[in-house]
Amino acid sequence: MSEVLAPPEVQHLNQRQEADAKTVFGFWVYLMTDCVLFASLFAAFAVLRGNTFGGPAGNELFSLPFVLIETLALLTSSFTAGLGLLAARRRDRNQVFLWFGITMLLGFFFLSLEISEFHKLYVEGNSWRRSGFLSAFFTLVGTHGAHITAGLIWMAVMMARVARQGLGSVTIKRLTMLSLFWHFLDIIWIFIFTIVYLMGAGI
Amino acid sequence: MLGKLSWQALNNGPIVLGGDISMLLAGVAVVAALTYTKRWKWLWKEWLTSLDPKKIGVMYVAVAIVMLLRGLVDAGMMRAQQAVSVGSSHGFLTADHFQQVFSAHGTIMIFFVAMGLMFGLINLVMPLQIGARDVAFPFMNSVSFWLFASGMLLINLSLVVGQFSAAGWLAYPPLSEIAYSPGVGVDYWIWALQIAGVGSLLSGINFIVTILRMRAPGMNLMKMPLFTWSVLCSMVLVIFAFPILTATLAMLSLDRTLGMHFFTAGGGGNAMMYVNLIWAWGHPEVYILVLPAVGVYSEVVSTFSRKRLFGYASMVWALIAITFLSYVVWLHHFFTMGAGGDVNAFFGIMTMVIAIPTGVKIFNWLFTMYRGRIKFATPMLWFMGFVVTFTIGGMAGVMMAVPAIDFQVHNSLFLVAHFHTMIIGGVVFGFFAGLTYWFPKIFGFTLNERLGRYAFWCWFIGFLLAFVPLYILGLMGATRRMDHYDASLGWQGLFIVAAIGVAVIFLGVGFQLLQLAVSIKRRHENRDLTGDPWNGRTLEWSIGSPPPFYNFAVTPQVHERDAFWAMKQAKASIPQTEYEDIHLPKNTAMGIFIAASAFAAGFAIIWHIWWLAALGLIGIVTLIIVRSTAEHPEYTISAEKVAQMEAEKA
Repeated sequence: MSEVLAPPEVQHLNQRQEADAKTVFGFWVYLMTDCVLFASLFAAFAVLRGNTFGGPAGNELFSLPFVLIETLALLTSSFTAGLGLLAARRRDRNQVFLWFGITMLLGFFFLSLEISEFHKLYVEGNSWRRSGFLSAFFTLVGTHGAHITAGLIWMAVMMARVARQGLGSVTIKRLTMLSLFWHFLDIIWIFIFTIVYLMGAGI
Repeated sequence: MLGKLSWQALNNGPIVLGGDISMLLAGVAVVAALTYTKRWKWLWKEWLTSLDPKKIGVMYVAVAIVMLLRGLVDAGMMRAQQAVSVGSSHGFLTADHFQQVFSAHGTIMIFFVAMGLMFGLINLVMPLQIGARDVAFPFMNSVSFWLFASGMLLINLSLVVGQFSAAGWLAYPPLSEIAYSPGVGVDYWIWALQIAGVGSLLSGINFIVTILRMRAPGMNLMKMPLFTWSVLCSMVLVIFAFPILTATLAMLSLDRTLGMHFFTAGGGGNAMMYVNLIWAWGHPEVYILVLPAVGVYSEVVSTFSRKRLFGYASMVWALIAITFLSYVVWLHHFFTMGAGGDVNAFFGIMTMVIAIPTGVKIFNWLFTMYRGRIKFATPMLWFMGFVVTFTIGGMAGVMMAVPAIDFQVHNSLFLVAHFHTMIIGGVVFGFFAGLTYWFPKIFGFTLNERLGRYAFWCWFIGFLLAFVPLYILGLMGATRRMDHYDASLGWQGLFIVAAIGVAVIFLGVGFQLLQLAVSIKRRHENRDLTGDPWNGRTLEWSIGSPPPFYNFAVTPQVHERDAFWAMKQAKASIPQTEYEDIHLPKNTAMGIFIAASAFAAGFAIIWHIWWLAALGLIGIVTLIIVRSTAEHPEYTISAEKVAQMEAEKA
């Protein structure tokens, strides 16, 4: 049977699937490059974390219960994003809106907590100008926050797309990449939580 | 409203003004020529908006050649200054201007010449070598090119508006910090590199996916042509190295614009962290450039020796070994930092170890030539010039890998001579060999051989004249980046020889431009009608020259290494009957628009024009969203149409 040539439309479909697999693979490669970017920022943080230049150190600034709430919000959002993708694969549009909607709310919640933390540090005179340590802190955590913002914009665009066009193969491919991105940011956050906050509070 | 920008920014003295005017005149001449010949629409539709990697490749090479001329002028100015600026004479450049010139020279030559030639060649050749019709992400390829072009424009704009960095090609802090470089020069450097660097990173992702996912059926990894192998290794280096550059430039920029303290002298910054980070990118960068050149030599030497490459598997493993080792040697750029004897010893030994796979390659090429039927065409001359210069440069490199010796020659002209031997003798000669070798494939006619030889000999002799004196001067104690020295040192004679060397290289470039003009004029005599002018071995030679825009009418089936050679030996040809529908991407100007927004944002941040910076960033995001909604970015060429076009060619 395998000798029988597939009709043209099936051939085209196979090419389409092949192209989708290629794009997702490319996205994985991109995530690795982003990982190296974060690695550089982590390295800078590790070098500068003791350079407080007479200013406050991590244990005077960080509130672990607060960060724990941030962490739980982000971890839960990763779980709901996963449920959203499963719903998309089942072509269940309402569930997609539900789960990605919750993901976005949790993302906004996380972001607002982060901004309030940054704001608090700033008004207390502990801005990024204060010391090498705070420069590295704001840059590392802020870069993660910028990624979260990009992820939220992407999610909003994708929801508009689902609303307008439903769940075609291109949309599902993009939702797959979006949720990969979201899980990736979750993993980066685990490292930030551990290295910046847990180890920082222990100094 | 306009941040730091004012009319004062245009006032940069007579020499720069001369440069501005000549750039302006060249620009006006190009615009006039395009208008006169009514080519604007053609340029836009056929070239600028094209997603065809062959055309993108040609554009990369064109930009790189223009930038090569600018970089050479910078080199000529430096050597002329050093030849005359002795004792009571202070030459024609001020110290600050001299610093800008050497910073621009290094930055341009690495980022916009060597990288441009490399990405150009990869675009031109790699998809053809693996039997693919396109790269994995054609649109992203266009974005990459235009980001590269934006970075190039920014660096040239610094000549007219404001000034360029005077902090050297890698802008070490604390000198490059706002306290010591308060002007916009370093910001120009940061944003030109940041924008072009993101383009390079995207290209890296694109080519890796292309090579791993789009090879012709049957071409497993160990049947891949060596140029493609070298590209794969180089692109793996790109994806791991360029994010480090992005992060490092971002940190330096945050220091300068937001007052952070990553690398500042005070405030808890750590300047040596910058030096570590920049070389964690910078050392792999050297290999990013060298590896594809090494791939070119492998193709050239086996084609012109009419033999299979000697030791294919060992070549591949040598490439992989170099890829790995290039990440564990970065500290040899600053042994004098004071990391301690053990650390220096580790990095010194690793540096020497990297000479082993490199030596394997040199011997494999020589063994390929042994008992081959060698044809001394121009690409082969470049190759043999490379063997000589690269071996000399490599020996100097192994010498400097000994920390004790490095402490003596550190920061001297000996080092400058060493890395120019590697980059000119290794990379530039390789890309010239590659361009000569693949030129007929892309344009359908061969380059003039005689003028090519003249160009080679001028480059080779000029290179030795320009850099052998620098080895000697370096050992005599001459430091790099020196715009004036005392007459009693007795260095002037050697500096004059070096300046003459640069003049001879200029002559070589003149011959190359003449070669191009003469070859185009006489193209009807030099037509490549067979598609295989050199009796080639790899798939790109199996189709006509220039290749049709869809590359392969029928995807070839690969059974062996040197797939096309095997077909020729077996007297087999690719069956040209089973045509299929071909899907290719439509042209789009979106890449240009995205890069233009990035350019605007970069320019705005340099001059602190915050509204424009915000507009540029919002522009990028909006354009990406708009592009993602494009529903039919492809078009289809039916099998009948392909058959018809193939029949017309035959």
